Amino acid sequence: MSNTIHVTINGIGLEMEKGKTILDAANQAGMIIPTLCFHKDLCIAGNCRVCVVEVSGQKRLAAACATPCEEEMEIQTNSLKVRNSRKHIIELLLSEHNADCTKCYKNGNCELQELASEYKIMTQDFLRLAPLKNYTIDQFSPSIIKDDSKCIRCQRCVRTCAELQGVNALTVAYKGDEMKIASFFEKAMNDVVCTNCGQCVNHCPTGALVERNYIEEVWDAISDPNKHVVVQTAPAVRVGLGEEMGMDVGTRVTGKMVSSLKRLGFNAVLDTDFTADLTIIEEGTELLHRLKKVLKEEDTSVKLPMATSCSPGWIKYIEHMYPEFLEHLSTCKSPQQMFGALVKTYYAKARKIDPEKIVSVSIMPCTAKKFEANRPEMHDSGYRDVDYVLTTRELAIMIKQAGIDFKKLPDEKFDRLMGESTGAGVIFGATGGVMEAALRTAYELVTGREIPFENLNITPVRGLDGVREAVIKIEDPLSEWAFLDGVELKCAVAHGLVNARKVMEAVKNGTSNYHFIEVMACPGGCLGGGGQPIPTSPEIREKRTEAIYAEDSGMPLRKSHENPEVLKIYQDFLGEPLGLKSHHLLHTKYIARDRY
Amino acid sequence: MNPVQDLIKNLADEHGRTRANLLPILQGVVEQEKYLSEYSMIEIARELNLSAADVYGTATFYSFLEHKKMGTYLIRVCKTITCAMKGKNQILLIIEDMLKIGLGETTSDGKFSLLQTNCLGWCHKAPAMLINDEVYTELTPESVREILTEYLKK
Repeated sequence: MSNTIHVTINGIGLEMEKGKTILDAANQAGMIIPTLCFHKDLCIAGNCRVCVVEVSGQKRLAAACATPCEEEMEIQTNSLKVRNSRKHIIELLLSEHNADCTKCYKNGNCELQELASEYKIMTQDFLRLAPLKNYTIDQFSPSIIKDDSKCIRCQRCVRTCAELQGVNALTVAYKGDEMKIASFFEKAMNDVVCTNCGQCVNHCPTGALVERNYIEEVWDAISDPNKHVVVQTAPAVRVGLGEEMGMDVGTRVTGKMVSSLKRLGFNAVLDTDFTADLTIIEEGTELLHRLKKVLKEEDTSVKLPMATSCSPGWIKYIEHMYPEFLEHLSTCKSPQQMFGALVKTYYAKARKIDPEKIVSVSIMPCTAKKFEANRPEMHDSGYRDVDYVLTTRELAIMIKQAGIDFKKLPDEKFDRLMGESTGAGVIFGATGGVMEAALRTAYELVTGREIPFENLNITPVRGLDGVREAVIKIEDPLSEWAFLDGVELKCAVAHGLVNARKVMEAVKNGTSNYHFIEVMACPGGCLGGGGQPIPTSPEIREKRTEAIYAEDSGMPLRKSHENPEVLKIYQDFLGEPLGLKSHHLLHTKYIARDRY
Repeated sequence: MNPVQDLIKNLADEHGRTRANLLPILQGVVEQEKYLSEYSMIEIARELNLSAADVYGTATFYSFLEHKKMGTYLIRVCKTITCAMKGKNQILLIIEDMLKIGLGETTSDGKFSLLQTNCLGWCHKAPAMLINDEVYTELTPESVREILTEYLKK
């Protein structure tokens, strides 16, 4: 039996793989069919109906995204009936939509607005229902704003929260004209199991779910002559920002990003990669310390596996879902928060600036970072460690507002003191990166030799499979670590909270014997974060991943413990890893939260 | 374990603990408790290892799964077109007058709640109403008074 079928789209014959949808066929034939509820990351919903097409012999129009091709199917994607129907569907969606586009945060980046423009919806033929509906705006979360008046009930957010994250903080409640996207009992997002990961924001076609933005606050700080505004940039931002600036997906824009930040008026442009390297020293040391306690001293109060703690979405997830495993989390703060704590202490002292006058801003691919910076315990410098967190998208908005022609910018370098980094810091932006960076350092600390992988690329922990495992055998260690001789270090890497759950269930059931787990809340790691450019799709994540590893390969230093600024900060300020000062500034505690 | 937890555990033992078993468990709780409280929904979610939001979504979808506190006797008057044409509004007026509550309200003693419902399938004997699972048809002002008087004595 043949594995292909023959279909005709708008009179053009086409051989299609069996099981493909009409939407796939149209794409293959180079025909664009509009979609709203469809997203490559998610299962098919078929509820928005804008992708309707005409199929010969069928009275009713078919949703292209949800209808499989059949042998000798004849499809019309642009007949009068199809065009009129689509137009009516868009008009109906708009009749319930708060279409005050000029006052919407997503103005210019909204799929519904684009369709309205494409189909030139110039009149209001249907009753305007939007003002009659009692829509709610939820803006209690420091990360996410949910505005039901912009919602078209495509349920991409619900599917995202269920399929990618397994959190199910959002659901479809009620039915018919009362149907809405709701949390449990319609509580504030800040008051339910939401991890603030922002994947719903990244997947929302309209302005119904957006990040809470702090653009004006940052502009105010920059223009205040009494403030010293310091900015740090996360590794994943430099492989995403270009997309917002009209460049190809996967373009590395590190130098241009730095020069744009300088032109925006930040007093110092520094690198979160520096504290990523620092995290590796602290976290790597912590891992070895735990291994020693458990394997050598048989101390049962110390927990293995140790899990990474860089992803604030993951932190809030484990606090809600596995509070009994909080002791497994590394006590290390995330690089953002380490940076914040050091900016108002170490940096302030070295640069002789009153920490009171420092405004610390971070550019993150993440919405959960906004929540993290807002956590009450993140005041170890004596001030709020990170004042404002902007997503990659918010930075792009600021660059456009400032009238900067991004593509023409020269490449510039980060300022010094907390601006130096290695390739190990860069790969924090990709899933598996923290694991790889930690292994590069820990292996060398233990054996005195480089980790035996070609060009330091620990390929087993790379890639985009949901859960990846690696075993690193330690041979011939230094005498201090003799107890690790022959030990096989078992590592697991998970990205997307639905995969984190698989790993945690294995840990809980005792079916795994991992030593070290890396979890990133977002699919692909930070490069696919909730604060990254929209859209993000599997192909886009792949290109950003390539860019991250290319950035790593191009760095002169690729191991965190070789970062000269990191060595210097231990010499001048911190003393030793896991020392008293580190403990105070760079480590934190977690809170058990309710799942329900 | 409190009575609600017991009830939910027993229902889960009876029906199973997969997502597909959610609906009969919700129905079982409503049968006993008359409505699904926030607390019951959380306990159901816990028992079935589901998110609380999922339970809420399912509960709010179905009209006969109430999620606000209801009285012992839940009166549902059919609001669909046949019953409306056959005098549903007059029937409602009498109930409201006798119980001193409006639509969506519960008497202060917690005995009666008054709601409207979509078609009960009794169009040929309109107007119709339900009191809990009991159906009353071809209602007239007199018959409604008699029916309610009986319930008031209970």
